[in-house]
Amino acid sequence: MNFDPRFSGRKFTSVGTRPIRPDGIDKVTGRARYGADFNMAGQLVGRILRSPHAHARIVKIDTSKAEKLAGVKAVITAADLPDLTDGDAAMYDVLDNCMARTKALYDGHAVAAVAAVDARTARQALKLIEVEYELLPHVTDVDEAAKHTAPLINDTIFTEGLEEKPVKPSNVTKRSQFGHGDVHQGFGHADFIVERSFKTEQTHQGYIEPHACVANFSSDGTADLWVCTQGHFVYRQHCAQLLGMEASKLRVTSSEIGGGFGGKTHVWAEPVALALSRKAGRPVKLVMTRDEVFRASGPTSATSIDVKIGARKDGTITAAEATLRYSCGPYAGSWAEIGAMTAFACYKLDNVKTVGYEVLVNRPKTAAYRAPSAPMAAFAVESAVDELAKKIGMDPVDFRIRNAAQEGTRSSYGPVYGPIGIGPTLEAVKSHPHMKAPLGKNQGRGMACGFWFNFGGQTCTDLNIGMDGSVSLAVGTVDVGGSRASLSLVAAEELGIDYAQVKAIVADTSSLGYNDMTDGSRGTFSSSMATISAARNAIKILRERAAQMWDIAVDDVVWEKGHAIAKGEKHGNLGKLSLKEIAVESGKTGGPIAGHSELVADGAGVSFATHICDIEVDPETGATRVLRYTVVQDAGKAVHPTYVEGQYQGGAAQGIGWALNEEYIYGKDGRLQNPGFLDYRIPVCSDLPMIDTQILEIPNPNHPYGVRGVGETSIVPPLAAIANAVSNAAGVRMTHIPMSPPRILAAIEAVREWSK
Amino acid sequence: MAGVAVSTTINGDTVEFLCQADETLLDVLRDRLGLTGAKEGCGTGDCGACSVILDDRLVCSCLVLGAETEGRRVETIEGMAHGDRLHPLQQKFLEHAALQCGICTPGFLIAAKDLLAKNPDPTEEEIRFGLAGNLCRCTGYDKIVRAVQDAAIVMKGA
Repeated sequence: MNFDPRFSGRKFTSVGTRPIRPDGIDKVTGRARYGADFNMAGQLVGRILRSPHAHARIVKIDTSKAEKLAGVKAVITAADLPDLTDGDAAMYDVLDNCMARTKALYDGHAVAAVAAVDARTARQALKLIEVEYELLPHVTDVDEAAKHTAPLINDTIFTEGLEEKPVKPSNVTKRSQFGHGDVHQGFGHADFIVERSFKTEQTHQGYIEPHACVANFSSDGTADLWVCTQGHFVYRQHCAQLLGMEASKLRVTSSEIGGGFGGKTHVWAEPVALALSRKAGRPVKLVMTRDEVFRASGPTSATSIDVKIGARKDGTITAAEATLRYSCGPYAGSWAEIGAMTAFACYKLDNVKTVGYEVLVNRPKTAAYRAPSAPMAAFAVESAVDELAKKIGMDPVDFRIRNAAQEGTRSSYGPVYGPIGIGPTLEAVKSHPHMKAPLGKNQGRGMACGFWFNFGGQTCTDLNIGMDGSVSLAVGTVDVGGSRASLSLVAAEELGIDYAQVKAIVADTSSLGYNDMTDGSRGTFSSSMATISAARNAIKILRERAAQMWDIAVDDVVWEKGHAIAKGEKHGNLGKLSLKEIAVESGKTGGPIAGHSELVADGAGVSFATHICDIEVDPETGATRVLRYTVVQDAGKAVHPTYVEGQYQGGAAQGIGWALNEEYIYGKDGRLQNPGFLDYRIPVCSDLPMIDTQILEIPNPNHPYGVRGVGETSIVPPLAAIANAVSNAAGVRMTHIPMSPPRILAAIEAVREWSK
Repeated sequence: MAGVAVSTTINGDTVEFLCQADETLLDVLRDRLGLTGAKEGCGTGDCGACSVILDDRLVCSCLVLGAETEGRRVETIEGMAHGDRLHPLQQKFLEHAALQCGICTPGFLIAAKDLLAKNPDPTEEEIRFGLAGNLCRCTGYDKIVRAVQDAAIVMKGA
């Protein structure tokens, strides 16, 4: 690959403009096809039977009555999805999560499935499946599960990452540690220390579109899968492995996706739909209900975090330490590890130590949720940082500026930073009019910072130039929120043509090389890099064809503003050839013109944001109202600024919901009590104010246009920004998320009681 | 079970269909009539993604039975544009980027159309409460509210 990805500081024509997205009309007219909007002839309806128990041994499953019901075409259990994972422990967990093998590990765990001629018959068939369970003791709380006395979820788990292998199994699957320096010594130099413990409850990504797919297994051993996913290539790999197929024989087409936020990066129902289709010999459509989405997909970790930070009188942090326990559901994960990496990433610290513990609980398998694990760690750290600033008597923004990481800082998780945006976002917040706006009675203002790594990953893109001079761009990263618009802008920019001449599509798995998922804020970052590379390859061919048309040496042809230009005085009368003029002649000059690119998009620039929030707290009820909200975030380069703003606003809104309302509530029986949008209440339009945004552009040196990922960071600061605002409004330090009215009221009453 | 024969008007056209007595209007629209613009986000009337207008009243089509539409008028997202001419709300949703994933968009457009029909000059607060029955997880609602405000201005001028 001769592609040079370094930032070149060019002046932009298309990038930075705000055209209408290419998939827009279909989406405002109802024509866009999402997961559940696709049908095939002869299609059956699939449904999944789920465990009502939090933890139970599956003694026996009798499917005979269901099989005899008229209209039932297939019934499957784990026996129809044999273990083909060949020692791959992570894939075995995926398999077991798709269909419980020996034990049901959470309320909602799949135990059997049917395919029938219609939904009613499928529902009836589920009722006819008899499952004999032997109930086992369960544990759903992260702190309870970490105790030695807790019921064991998997007795083959011995904590990894300890100096000595433990003699007894436990629910703690792994310990991880990050940091540098000597925190003990650092705390010795501190004049002030804040030490606190925090808890956050489990939330769901809450995408409005439930998981949906149509699987069509053919008797020749090939299959097609239509599915809403953030990564159809990854779904192909996983499904093919679990079904015992060669990946190339499974063609996966990604539908339009109705929200994912990390929750559509994992297979759940898709291998089941394929197994049903294989057994029934007909296409099977499988759509989750909302109840199933809550009980069996997502969610994020619940956490319990201890933080200790010390600083000198002058405001310099001398040491910072955190212990983080994250729930993983019943299968091993690396969620606390990520939390431990991100916790102190905003700061320049000589002495820092973070330790993460992954904890198994009888809840659904934890899935990524937008900057996974970072918001909870930031809640704990940024709350403590605020409190410490108050103790010292410093302005919280000035305190953070004094300690902010800079270019050259060794991050708390290891690498040394290049040019980064934490300082600039803090300076922008310091001078933002929001910080000076007056506040009324019972109102408070809070601010907080957030960090996310961003990711690059494997990417493959095709750029084909039609004989009419139009350009079709085929990308392999699923468009979750406008990336077809931003990637069309990038293709137009690089080729020097109009945005309207480019049409971007998301290609299926048989039409492009492998692409990693749209996760880690990589969609626009990585696919724009591959698009630039593909466009440059196409330009090379365009120059060759122009040289041929002019009968001159290709080295004498340059590409400028969408045209081939003959360089040098000897070619002074040749004028120029547009992309279209070259394309029209392509049949005579060597055939189709295309640019291809496959690359690993290294160098995703880390991302920082600082948020400001004004909150009003009703001291009589504990109810809160978000009055004003401002997001300041570094985008590197905003390719389509309107959609960048949209990412900032959407992440902030999700963070507000997490901070104030959203939580999984389990009963003593280990069953989820609020698996619906009525009782798991995400923010509605009347809950929120306008969300102001300020885009900073500190170029990422590792991308030709300076682009950084923008999708995730905006969910990191809100939990702490709101907690800090509540602290300033009501005089209580909230340590348990969500800050629902009963929790805030209890905190206010405790202070009242104490001050009597 | 024998089907119920229903004759109704959908987006101005007379439509006849057979459905089961317990089948929702949403299932009829999506599975029998191929009108998949209305989405099922919850099936319990909490998310508004299946919003349609039934005889000038905004409803969640997942909470209406197909058989109940006999002799009535149903407006869905598929009937909002006139030919290739978009409704001002549709145009403003595009211009303001009031959608990211777009799954909630048909429901929001129908709800906003109903809102502006009843209140052509809403305040921001009236828009926010008028659309509080529709969930969006992507946008934080900011650009949706602005698009509706802008469309209201255009529609008043028309």
